[in-house]
Amino acid sequence: METRAFQRIYTKIGQITKATCTVQATGVGYEELAMVAGKAAQVVKIIEDQVTLQVFTGTEGIPTNAEVVFMGKPPTLKVGEGLAGRFFNAYGQPIDDGPEPEGDEQEIGGPSVNPVKREQPSELITTGIAGIDLNNTLVTGQKIPFFADPDQPFNQVMAMVAMRAKADKIILGGIGLTNDDYLYFKNVFENAGALHRIISFVNTTEDPPVERLLVPDMALTAAEYFAVEKNEKVLVLLTDMTLYADALSIVSNRMDQIPSKDSMPGSLYSDLAKLYEKAVQFEAGGSITIIAVTTLSGGDITHAIPDNTGYITEGQLFLRRDTEIGKVIVDPFRSLSRLKQLVIGKKTRADHPQVMNAAVRLYADAANARTKLENGFDLTDYDERALEFAKAYSERLLAIDVNIGPEKMLDVAWELFAKYFSQAEVGMKQELMDKYWPDKED
Amino acid sequence: MKDTAQYTKGKVNGIIANLVIVKVDGPVAQNEICFIRHAGTPLMAEVIKVIGDKAYVQVFESTRGLQPGMEVAFAGHMLEATLGPGILSKNYDGLMHDLDTMSGTFLQRGEYTPSFDMDKKWSFTPLAKAGDKVMAGSWLGEVKENNIPHKIMAPFKLEGQHTLKSVAEAGEYAVKDTIAVLTDSRGEDIPVTMAQKWPVKKAVKAYQNKPRPFKLLETGVRTIDTLNPIVEGGTGFIPGPFGSGKTVMQQAISKQAEADIVIVAACGERANEVVDLFTEFPELDDPWTGRKLMERTTIIANTSNMPVAAREASVYTAMAIAEYYRSMGLKVLLLADSTSRWAQALREMSNRMEELPGPDAFPMDLPAIISNFYSRAGIVYLNNGQTGSITFIGTVSPAGGNLKEPVTESTKKVARCFYALSQQRADSKRYPAIDPIESYSKYLEYPELQKALNEQIASDWIGQVERLKNILLRGKEAAEQINILGDDGVSIDTHLTFWRSEVVDEIILQQDAFDPVDARTPMQRQKYMAEKVLSVTDTNLSFSSYEEVNPYFKRVISTLKQMNYSEFESGQFKQYEEELAQILEERKTA
Repeated sequence: METRAFQRIYTKIGQITKATCTVQATGVGYEELAMVAGKAAQVVKIIEDQVTLQVFTGTEGIPTNAEVVFMGKPPTLKVGEGLAGRFFNAYGQPIDDGPEPEGDEQEIGGPSVNPVKREQPSELITTGIAGIDLNNTLVTGQKIPFFADPDQPFNQVMAMVAMRAKADKIILGGIGLTNDDYLYFKNVFENAGALHRIISFVNTTEDPPVERLLVPDMALTAAEYFAVEKNEKVLVLLTDMTLYADALSIVSNRMDQIPSKDSMPGSLYSDLAKLYEKAVQFEAGGSITIIAVTTLSGGDITHAIPDNTGYITEGQLFLRRDTEIGKVIVDPFRSLSRLKQLVIGKKTRADHPQVMNAAVRLYADAANARTKLENGFDLTDYDERALEFAKAYSERLLAIDVNIGPEKMLDVAWELFAKYFSQAEVGMKQELMDKYWPDKED
Repeated sequence: MKDTAQYTKGKVNGIIANLVIVKVDGPVAQNEICFIRHAGTPLMAEVIKVIGDKAYVQVFESTRGLQPGMEVAFAGHMLEATLGPGILSKNYDGLMHDLDTMSGTFLQRGEYTPSFDMDKKWSFTPLAKAGDKVMAGSWLGEVKENNIPHKIMAPFKLEGQHTLKSVAEAGEYAVKDTIAVLTDSRGEDIPVTMAQKWPVKKAVKAYQNKPRPFKLLETGVRTIDTLNPIVEGGTGFIPGPFGSGKTVMQQAISKQAEADIVIVAACGERANEVVDLFTEFPELDDPWTGRKLMERTTIIANTSNMPVAAREASVYTAMAIAEYYRSMGLKVLLLADSTSRWAQALREMSNRMEELPGPDAFPMDLPAIISNFYSRAGIVYLNNGQTGSITFIGTVSPAGGNLKEPVTESTKKVARCFYALSQQRADSKRYPAIDPIESYSKYLEYPELQKALNEQIASDWIGQVERLKNILLRGKEAAEQINILGDDGVSIDTHLTFWRSEVVDEIILQQDAFDPVDARTPMQRQKYMAEKVLSVTDTNLSFSSYEEVNPYFKRVISTLKQMNYSEFESGQFKQYEEELAQILEERKTA
């Protein structure tokens, strides 16, 4: 972001707050980038010749006579094949000692796709994690977050999903990532030999929080380039969107806006939707799939951030520690993939929907049996078998360390059905049971 | 709006997100439309506040790159919809621009495509003759739009009585051709084409009166039609937390309802859901006419990533289109998903204008805005004595699933049907997750509807509905008792009360929206099943211990369920019915 020659320099700063300053200037466009005493800033309000700038790094040390230079453009990213394998900061500047990226300069946060030009998502994403592929199948063009408490291994699971999904490009948007997690992602990508198809935009906890607001737009602008221009399947990982929303609330607070629920800005829904709705399946085959993380506070999904997210995204994935097997599982009750109906039983084996439902139903019976047990009631033989089944189901299918193909998942489910239950207890369509029920003799 | 043809001009003075302050050189009106010139492209905006020579306008586009000093031209009218033949089957944005004729993959700022083709020829038949007295909304002629009789009407903007000077003979005419000439009281001629414009925020009043609704609007959804029916010209709303099935519910209604015209306003919701409609509606059949669903449908898509100000406009655009078709004597069903997003758009603007906020930072006049909008629905007697109706059902997305929030509360005051989606029912996969006890239809209390239902369905229909509701209520009480006292702590009768309500729940309330047979239940079949279920719950049964009750009723329910999945009155259906009779026989007592 070097300054160009013959740019006008303004020095009359009339007002400074923690995150913004107001300078007297003319000929400035809304959302334009500027440098204030060498710090990056963006126009957020113009009233006549008073231009209010949001200074991304904070306003510490900015004097009232600081030099303000306007860039004549909103934040941009140079998009091209050269982005692949690179690491950038929130401004799209390299942090990996490589050269500046080259290519077309694209404004970030660009226009939305015309809804009639979208395709209905229909392509399955397999992750090998049965808790996802069997019960909450993902589809290209989908947007789905992990709802997780901060102590859960969501970044590990996300990295695993990214490595196994057959995506042409994986774009990591690290929003307030701890340095340790950043290095973890870097390490996983390197070890998998996948660096050439990964692009990272990273803002760590060491960086100023307001800078984070640029990260998702940078990541999605790069994603649009590969999905539209190259017809590639792009997977975008955004972690952690709760920190993005927190940054929004900091800015709106500094701009004296009236907060709505949970001190969040009234525009939170629109702000989040603008990002998540970039997930799309294009007619020409390219797609953008977004997997995000929304950290919760004590599992509370009624907080404004997860609540608004839930209304925008196509489902959510919950992780939970199963004390019976001592492993983290994908919770089959609270997780949901809204788009799974578009692929299960169509792109997967025909018995998939019924097997999925039957297994979850039997797992629910086990949960009831456990409640009975805790309340000191006697268990029936069925209850005992349901509990045994639940344990095996957790261990062999729900645990996040499972890595098997979609057919195998269904076979394992049938094997467990036959081991613990009679056909009547499983209660599926007879023709499916005739076809897939394993012989007990084996 | 203004007498002079010379409209006011102005210059951009300030920009805060999509709120732009314009310094004007003349008079401006509240809600007047203006265009801000940005790099040669005019961007549409609407005046929402005026202070001195400053007009505050909300821009229906991104304001990126706008600068003080840019020119603004005022249009002299409010936000208008263009109405005429060609609206059906179209997919519009919130301002009624045709999405299908837009050029790029991405929405371009300021690309305003026409609502329909003005050059398209239609086969016109006159319905009035020279010398007739006409007023706003009078039927002058008719064209067939997707086989639906589309009336060409005297403009809604007309005031008082006019004389029809001439009307075109039957034949092919383009939308923009003059098909009639009216003469006003001063003897001046007014040419009329097939298209007219109407400010969307104003209600069309071209009718005699608006009676209380008195006719059932069949949706094929049992928990609605049987227990809490919606009526022609009625209003209803569906609040529910995310994942409780609001959208599936609305889509089911939009597919199955007994309406001539369906208008779907996708207001600030997921784009992929709109894509579902785009993909499915041209393929699916309208159960009432056998034609494709898309032929009777218009979709207004302002998805959540489209500009916020246009989101507010989108519900009004949809309502104006609904009023246009109602004036033709048609049954219109208007669905808005979700009205909460519209309220949030109002909140965003109110916040930017630094208005003092009401509850949850929503504008103070939110209840008034919502009630004003719902009041535009209704069945009407047109000036020619025919009826037309707009039935409006909106979804509400309450923050955190809490129904004590401003949008739900404001809507509850005006909407007469309340379909509460319950998280608990959704979690236990009891779909549709409409809570039978919380929900209500005020129309069921209308004597005129009671009379109509008893005549249309069965002589004691209202009595039967009351009995079903009673069973559910008593079942809920019994369930609570069993929970507190334990299975063996209550009498067998309490178990029976509980299981009888389970029969009603499983067979009447629950319905499989994805099953070809069960998805839609015609009224005749609903009547049959209601009677069947009541005959089961009326049967006296004997049990020696409570442990026998559960497995027995599971058999009863399973058999009745198979009936729901079978074609009505088919051999299979009758076979299950026979099986049920045998099961009942096992434990029947006098």
